[in-house]
Amino acid sequence: MTAAGVLGGEREGARLVQRVLVVRELGIVLALVLLVGVTVLVNPRFLTAQGVKDLLLGSTILAVLAVGQSVVVITRNVDLSVGSVLGLSAFATGSLLVANPGLPVPVALAAGVLLGAVCGAVNGALIAAARVPALVVTLGTLYVFRGLDYTWATGRQINAADMPPGFLRMGGATVAGVPVLALFAVVVLVAAGYYLRSYRSGRELYAIGSSPAAARLAGIPVGRRVFAAFVASGALAGLAGVLYAARFGTLDANAGNGFELNVVAAVVVGGVAIFGGSGSVYGAALGAVLLTTISSALPVLGVSPFWQRAAVGALILAAIGLDRALSARLARSLRGRKGHG
Amino acid sequence: MRESPPILSLRNVSKSFGAVHALTDVRLDLRAGEVHGLVGENGAGKSTLVKILAGAHPADAGTLTVDGKELRPSGPADARAAGIAVIYQEPTLFPDLSVAENIFMSRQPLRSLRRIDAGAMRAATAGLFARLGIHLDPGRPARGLSIADQQLVEIAKALAFDARVLIMDEPTAALSGVEVERLFSVVASLRESGAAVLFISHRFDEIFALCRRVTVMRDGRWVSTDPAAGLTVDDLVRRMVGREVSSLYPKTETAPGEPLLEVRGLTRHGVFDDVSFTVRGGEIVALAGLVGAGRSEVARAVFGVDRYDAGEVLAGGGRLPKGDTAAAIAAGLALVPEDRRQQGLVMELSVERNATLTRRWSLSRLGLLLGGGERAAAREWSERLRVKAARLSDPVATLSGGNQQKVVLAKWLSTGPKVLIVDEPTRGIDVGTKAEVHRLLSELAGQGVAVLMISSELPEVLGMADRVLVMHEGRLVADLPRTRADEQSVLLAATGQGGAG
Repeated sequence: MTAAGVLGGEREGARLVQRVLVVRELGIVLALVLLVGVTVLVNPRFLTAQGVKDLLLGSTILAVLAVGQSVVVITRNVDLSVGSVLGLSAFATGSLLVANPGLPVPVALAAGVLLGAVCGAVNGALIAAARVPALVVTLGTLYVFRGLDYTWATGRQINAADMPPGFLRMGGATVAGVPVLALFAVVVLVAAGYYLRSYRSGRELYAIGSSPAAARLAGIPVGRRVFAAFVASGALAGLAGVLYAARFGTLDANAGNGFELNVVAAVVVGGVAIFGGSGSVYGAALGAVLLTTISSALPVLGVSPFWQRAAVGALILAAIGLDRALSARLARSLRGRKGHG
Repeated sequence: MRESPPILSLRNVSKSFGAVHALTDVRLDLRAGEVHGLVGENGAGKSTLVKILAGAHPADAGTLTVDGKELRPSGPADARAAGIAVIYQEPTLFPDLSVAENIFMSRQPLRSLRRIDAGAMRAATAGLFARLGIHLDPGRPARGLSIADQQLVEIAKALAFDARVLIMDEPTAALSGVEVERLFSVVASLRESGAAVLFISHRFDEIFALCRRVTVMRDGRWVSTDPAAGLTVDDLVRRMVGREVSSLYPKTETAPGEPLLEVRGLTRHGVFDDVSFTVRGGEIVALAGLVGAGRSEVARAVFGVDRYDAGEVLAGGGRLPKGDTAAAIAAGLALVPEDRRQQGLVMELSVERNATLTRRWSLSRLGLLLGGGERAAAREWSERLRVKAARLSDPVATLSGGNQQKVVLAKWLSTGPKVLIVDEPTRGIDVGTKAEVHRLLSELAGQGVAVLMISSELPEVLGMADRVLVMHEGRLVADLPRTRADEQSVLLAATGQGGAG
C-alpha cells in the first residue's frame, strides 16, 4: 500500500510502527476530506478561495498552540495556561504598538514571543522547583496570567483603529492565496517536527514521556528538558498571541479565554498520547485544522450551534477509540513476532 | 605475579535512606581484565551499591576513585562519562521508542548540523546485535519485548559506548540456556579487551564459572573478598547468610490426590499449541523450558488473563470460562506472575494494601474496607513469610526484590488457593529467601494444594518437582516423573532434541 511495503523483510517491526502512525494521521485527513466534501455538497461556497483562506486563518492560531502543547504532552506533562498566555501576549503586543506606532513588526513579534517564553519559564520553574504535577501548576498559572491580563487591561479595549496599519496588514495579507499568518504556523510546524525527529534533545523529550525513571537512569537531564518544553510552549503561545492581535486588531483581556481545552482536544484528536512518549506535531496540527473545520462546517450544514460542542466531544472519543484499537493491534502483532531465533 | 592497579575502587562507602542503613563502610576494587563477583542476600545492599556506582544515588560518605582520580558523579551522565556502564536488574527501556534509539539515546550518531544519522544508528545497532548473536529488528519499538530480550538490549546499550567498567546486576536472572552462554562469551570478550566487570548473581555456578575474585556482602557491610579458586559454595553461603542453610530444596514426599487442574488441548495461535496436562492435589509440577517457549503464556491463559483459541481448562469441578480471572480466583486458582513489578504489585501502595488486594471483598464490611481487618490479615501473612519491612504501611516499592516477591506470595496465599501457579518464584531472590519460598511451596503441597511451578532454574526444577513438564516452542514435548527427570533429559527436551515421552 505504501512505498515502504515493498522493501525487504528485515525492518518489519519498524515498518509496522511507521504504518500505524501513517494510518493515524491519514485517519484525520480522511475525516477532514469527508467533512469538507459533505459540506461542499450542501453549500458549494464553502470551498471558494475566500472560504479556504478563512479556514486556514481560523486554524492558524490553534495549530501554533497545538504544536507547543504537543511538545509538552510528549514529555508526559500538560500546559493548561496557554490560553491565558495568548491573551496576555496579545494585549501586551497591542499596547506596545498603540504606544509606539512606528515600531517594526518583527520587534513586536519578538516582544510577544519573549513574554510568552517568560510565562512558560515561570511554569517550568514552578514544576521543577515544587515537584508538583504540571496539570496543577498550569491550572494555577492559567488563573494567575489571566488575572494579570485583567488587572493590566482594567476593562480597557484596544481598537483596531488605534493599531498601526502595517501590523494589521500582516493579519490579512496573503502569499499566493495563503494567508501570511498560516505561513507562520507552517514554519513553526515544520521546524518543531524536524527538531523532534532529528535532534538528540528532541528524542530525549520522547524518552522522558515514555519512561521518566528510565530517562533519569539514562542520564537525560529530565528537569532541564521539561523546563525547555514549557518555555517552548509558552513562546509559541506568545507567538499565537501576536498572530491573534494581528488578525483581530480589536483586543480586550478576554482574548484566548478557554482556548486551552480546544488545544488539548486538537492534540488528542491528532494522536499525541496523553501519557507521553508518542505522537507527532503534524498529527496535532491536523487535529487543530479538523476541529476548526468542524466548527465552521456545522453551521453551514444547518447543525444547531448547541450540537457543535457535542460533535467535538464525539470526535475526541472517536480519536481515543481509534488509538486504542491501533495500539492493541500493534501490541498483538509485536507479541506474535518471535524475539529471536 | 603483580596485580594490576584497580580501575575503579570504593573506600568506606556508606549510604542511608532515612533510618535504614543500606551500606556501611563498603569497599570494592575492580581491576582491568577481571570479572569480579558480588554475592549477598537480598537486602544486603548490592542494588544500592550499584546505584552509587551508576551515579544514581550520591554516597553519604566514602570515596569512589576511577583511574586513581576521585569521582563524585552528580548524576548517571557523569558516571557514564567516566566509562561506567550499568545493566540493571530490572530493564530500563523506553517502550515507545525503537530498539535502536533505546540503545543510542543521547548518544545517537550525528551527521551535519548535529542531526541524528538514523541510518548509521540502525547499522550500528545491527552490528551490536551481530556481535551479541541476537536477531532483533533495530526498528521495532521496545514495547512487547520479553524480559530476556529487554535484558539483551540493555547489554547492547552498555557495549555501545565501550564501557571500561561494566556492572551487571543479575543479568542472567531472566535468561536461560543459550542466552546465558551467549552472555558469558560476551563478558569473556569484554574481559579480554581489558574491561573490568562487576558481576552480581545469585547463581553460584555462574559466579565460579566467570569470576576471578568474589566479594560477599551482608546487611549492608563488606564481609570478604577472596579469589574464587579458594572458595566453595558452602563458604559463600555461610558468609552470605551468617548461618548454615539446612537445605535449598526441602521437598517432602506427598501422595498425589484428586486432579485439581486439568488443561486439555489449550491452543493460542502462534503462541502455544495443543497443551494438555493435569495437576493433582499435593503435587508440585514444574513447567520447564527455555525462555520464550510459551510457559508463562500458558499460565496466563489458564488463569484467564489472556484469551485462548481452543481447548479447555477444568478446575474446581467445572470448566473455567475463557478470559475471566474472577472466575479462576473463585474456582481456587492463584497466579504469582513472573514480572512482579508490573503484574504482581501496585508499587505505590502499602505492603498491607498489596498483601490483601485479592481479598478486599471478603475483608470489607458493608462494602467498606476498614483499616483494622486489612492490617491484621497483612500482619499474619507477613509474619508467616518473614517479610522484612520497616512498617507495613510503607509503599511496596521501598522493599528489596526478595521481600517484594514475598508480598506477592502473601497476597495469593491469603486467598487459600487450591491450585497455585507460580511463575519463576525465585527469580532474583537470594539463597536464604529462596529456601524459604521452597519450604513454603513444599508445605502447601503437603496441605493438598496443587502447585504448578514455572522455572528456568534447572536445580530448582529437579529439586522441587514431583513431575516435570517440558515445553519447546509452544508445545508440550515431555512429561517426566521425578525419577526419570535429570539435567540431561530436561535440557534435551527443552532444546527440542528428542523429548522422552
